[in-house]
Amino acid sequence: MATNGYEDVAKGDAIPALEVQPQELYHAKSFWTRYIFCQDAKVIAIQYALTATTIGLVGLVSSWLIRMQIAFPGVIPMDASAYYQLVTMHGMIMVIYLLTALFLGGFGNYLIPLMVGARDMVFPYLNMVSYWVFLLAVLILVASYFVPGGPTGAGWTLYPPQAITSGTPGSGLGIILMIVSLAVFVVGFTMGGLNYVITTLQARTRGMTLMRLPLTVWGIFTATVLALFAFPALLVAGIMMLLDNILGTSFFMPAILEAGLGEQMAYNGGSPILFQHLFWFFGHPEVYIVALPAFGIVSDLISVHARKNIFGYRMMVWAIVIIGFLSFIVWAHHMYVAGMNPWFGFFFATTTLIIAIPTALKVYNWVLTLWRGNIQLTVPMLFAIGFLITFVNGGITGLFLGNVIVDVPLSDTYFVVAHFHMVMGIAPVLVVFGSIYHWYPLITGRFLNNRLGKIHFWITFLGSYSIYFPMHYLGFMGVPRRYFEIYDSEFYTASTSDLNQFITIAALVTGFAQLVFLYNIIVSIKHGKKAEKNPWKACSLEWQTTEMPPEHGNFGKELPVVYRWAYDFSVPGADEDYIPQNTSPNEVANAQVEKT
Amino acid sequence: MIIPAVILLVILGSVAFHLWTPWWWTEVASNWGSIDSTILLTFWVTGVVFVAVGLFIAFCVWRYRYDKNRKADYEPENSKLEWILTILTALGVIALLTPGLIVWNKYVTVPEEAYEIEVLGYQWGWGFRLPGKDGVLGTTDINNISDENMFGLNTDDPHSFDDILIDGDDLHILLNHPLKVNLRSLDVLHDFYVPQFRAKMDMVPGMITYYWFTPIRTGNFEILCAEYCGTAHYAMIGNVLVDEKDDYDGWLNEQMTFKETLALNKNNDLIKIASNND
Repeated sequence: MATNGYEDVAKGDAIPALEVQPQELYHAKSFWTRYIFCQDAKVIAIQYALTATTIGLVGLVSSWLIRMQIAFPGVIPMDASAYYQLVTMHGMIMVIYLLTALFLGGFGNYLIPLMVGARDMVFPYLNMVSYWVFLLAVLILVASYFVPGGPTGAGWTLYPPQAITSGTPGSGLGIILMIVSLAVFVVGFTMGGLNYVITTLQARTRGMTLMRLPLTVWGIFTATVLALFAFPALLVAGIMMLLDNILGTSFFMPAILEAGLGEQMAYNGGSPILFQHLFWFFGHPEVYIVALPAFGIVSDLISVHARKNIFGYRMMVWAIVIIGFLSFIVWAHHMYVAGMNPWFGFFFATTTLIIAIPTALKVYNWVLTLWRGNIQLTVPMLFAIGFLITFVNGGITGLFLGNVIVDVPLSDTYFVVAHFHMVMGIAPVLVVFGSIYHWYPLITGRFLNNRLGKIHFWITFLGSYSIYFPMHYLGFMGVPRRYFEIYDSEFYTASTSDLNQFITIAALVTGFAQLVFLYNIIVSIKHGKKAEKNPWKACSLEWQTTEMPPEHGNFGKELPVVYRWAYDFSVPGADEDYIPQNTSPNEVANAQVEKT
Repeated sequence: MIIPAVILLVILGSVAFHLWTPWWWTEVASNWGSIDSTILLTFWVTGVVFVAVGLFIAFCVWRYRYDKNRKADYEPENSKLEWILTILTALGVIALLTPGLIVWNKYVTVPEEAYEIEVLGYQWGWGFRLPGKDGVLGTTDINNISDENMFGLNTDDPHSFDDILIDGDDLHILLNHPLKVNLRSLDVLHDFYVPQFRAKMDMVPGMITYYWFTPIRTGNFEILCAEYCGTAHYAMIGNVLVDEKDDYDGWLNEQMTFKETLALNKNNDLIKIASNND
C-alpha cells in the first residue's frame, strides 16, 4: 500500500475499505444552543478565537506601556512594580491565553474536523465545556488585576522563591490567582486537546490516510499531543508552588531570608531549580505548541498560493514528529546559567542543536516549494513570505542561544528577548494573520479587503522586523532584560537610548496597524467582496463542503471520500491546476476525455 | 516587482546593519575572548544561511510570479536533494557545536591555581567574602545570619574568623590571576554578571554555584544582576575593580576580617552602618 497520494493516483483508484460510523449530531434548537452553549466545533473555534484575541489586546497594550517606560520614562507614570506586572502579564497572556488558545482552540477546532472529513469533533459536548472552562481561566486571570496588590509581577516564568516572597509585586493574591487560572486553563485545554487528537486519529473520512492529511492537521495534531504531555508538568509545578505559598510546604523553597535582609522564613530544604526543570519541561514544548501549528498552516498557505505541491511532504511530516519528540529533551537549554550541574550543558546543547536539522529542512522545503511555482502574491502568501524571513532570522539566533557557551554572555539580555519574540511571537502571529486572510472566506463567505490587507502586511512585517532585529544588538552590548530603568548604568549610553526610542516607535506603529486589521475583519463580515466556493482553488477538504460557509455537520448528506493527498496542484496532464482530495482518478480521466 | 525588491532590501539591510552597527559588545576584560570567537563563528555560519535563503526567496518570488498561462512544476519529492541538504545542515551544526562544547568544557573546568572568593546576593545588594590568610572560606548557614553576622558564618568553623567581609562596597580582584567566584544568595535568585567578563551564573538560595575567569585588563566594571529578583532588580548594581598586584594588596590590607568586625561590633554597630550605606 503506497503511502502517498500522488503514488495512488498513478495506480488508479485505491480507496481503503474503511467504514466510518455515521456520527449522531446534536442539533441546536435555540439561539442559546446555536451560538452560546454550542457544540459545533466551528462555533467553538470562533468563541476561542474571539476570547483569545480580546485578552491578547490586553497583552498588546501592555507591551506598548512597557516600551514607553523603556524609551520615554515618565511619559506614562508607572513604578517598578507596575512595570514588572505589565511584563509578566504580557508574557503570560501572549504565550498561553493568546497563542496556545488561538492555534489549538481556534484553528484546531475550525480546521481539524473539516480537513479530516468529519462532521464534528468526536466529543462535541466536552468540546463545548472546554471553551467555557477556558473562558473561566481568562476571567480568573483578569480578576487578578483587581485584587489587592494587583496581578503577579514574578515574570512569566514565575520562578520561586521570588514569585511568592514579599519583594515581588503581586506576591499575595496575584500569584495565587495566576496559578489557579493556569490550572483551570490546563483542565479546559485537556478537554479540547483530547478531542483534537482523537478526532484526527479516529474520525477521518474514507481514504483519508494519515499520510494524506494536510500539514495543518499534522501540525495542530502534534502540537496537541505535546501539550497533553507538557501541561501536566506546569500543573504540578503550579500546585506545588501553591502549597509552598499557602500551606508552608518546601517543595521549591530553601531556607531563606524575607525580602530586604529580613527575618529567616519558615522554609527549609526545597529546590528552586526543581521548579525550573518542571517549568521548562512544559515551557520548551510550549514553544513548539505554538510553532508546529504555524509550521503546518504555513505549508498549506505556501502550497495553495504558489499553486505547487508542498515539496517533500513525507519529510515535512517526519520533521514535525521528530521536532515534537526532541522538544521534550531540550528543556534545560533555558537553564544553562541557572546553577544546575554544568555537565548537563553538554547534553542539552547537543540535543538543542540537533533540533535545528529537522527545522532547517522544513525551511528548505518551504522555499523549494516556491521554486518553479506559480506564485500568487495574495495577502496570505505575503504573510507566508514574511513568516519565512522572520522565522529564519529567529531560528538562527536560536543556534546562538542553544550552543551553551554562547548562551553564557547572551542569556538574560535583550538578545533573548529579541530571539523569542522573533521566533515564537512574530513568526507564528504572521501565520495567524495569513491564515485569517486565507480562511476568512470559508468562515464568512466574503473576502477581507485586499488593499487594507496589504497595508496591514507591510506595516506588520517591516515594523516587527525593525523592532526585533536591532534589539539583538542591545543584547550583544550586555543590556540586561527586565530592567525597569538602566539610566545609572554605563550600558545606557545616548545611542542605546536612541535605539530604544526607535524600537518603541516601531512597536507603537506596528501595534496601531493592527487596528486596520480589526476594522477589516469587522467591516468585511457585511461588506466584503463575496467569495465563490473554494475561492483559492485549494485541494483540501474544508473547501469542498456542500455549503460555504459550511453548515453544522460540515458535509451535507454524505461524507467525502478521499482519493489523494492535499497537494495535487499543477498535476501534469490535468485540466485545472488543482485536483481536490475528493476527486477520484476516474473523474479526472473523464474530464480529460470530455475535453478531447 | 516591488515585493522581491523589498525582500532583497530586508536581507541586505540586515547585513549592512550588522556590519556598521554602533551597538556592539564591550571590549572583553577576561580570558573569555574565546566566547566572542564562538559567537563570530556562529555569525558566519548562520549569516550565510540567512542570506542564501533570503536571496533564494526573493529570486523565486520574482522569477516564478503568477502567470495564468504557465503551470507550476510537479515535483513531490527529491530524496537526493533532501539528503544533501540534511547532511550540509548537520555539518553546519557540528561546526558550531564542536568549538562551542570545547569552550564550555573550559568554562566548567576550574583551573587548580584559581583563588576563590564568594559573592553574596540579596534583595537588593551585593556582599563579597575573601578567604583570608588560611586561604579557605569558612562554612555558612542561613540561620546564623544576624546583624553581627551578615554572611551567616559558622562560629564553630575555625576557617571563618579570618574571612574578609565586604558589604556595600566595591570588590577588587587581581589582574591575570584565575579566579573562582562562589555564588550564594540569601533570599531569591540573582545572577552575578559583569558584561566585560562575558561570564554569568545564577545565584540560587540553598546552594552554592560558581564560575571562573581570569581578568586580563585593569579597570572599573559594573556588576549587574542578570536574574530577575523582584521590584528593585534593576537597581541591584555593584562595582568590581581589576587591580595590579600592588593596588590589590593595598586594598586588601584595609579590609576587615570577620573577627575584627565582631570585635568592633561590641563597641559600635559598624556592620549595621555598613549595610545601611548601600
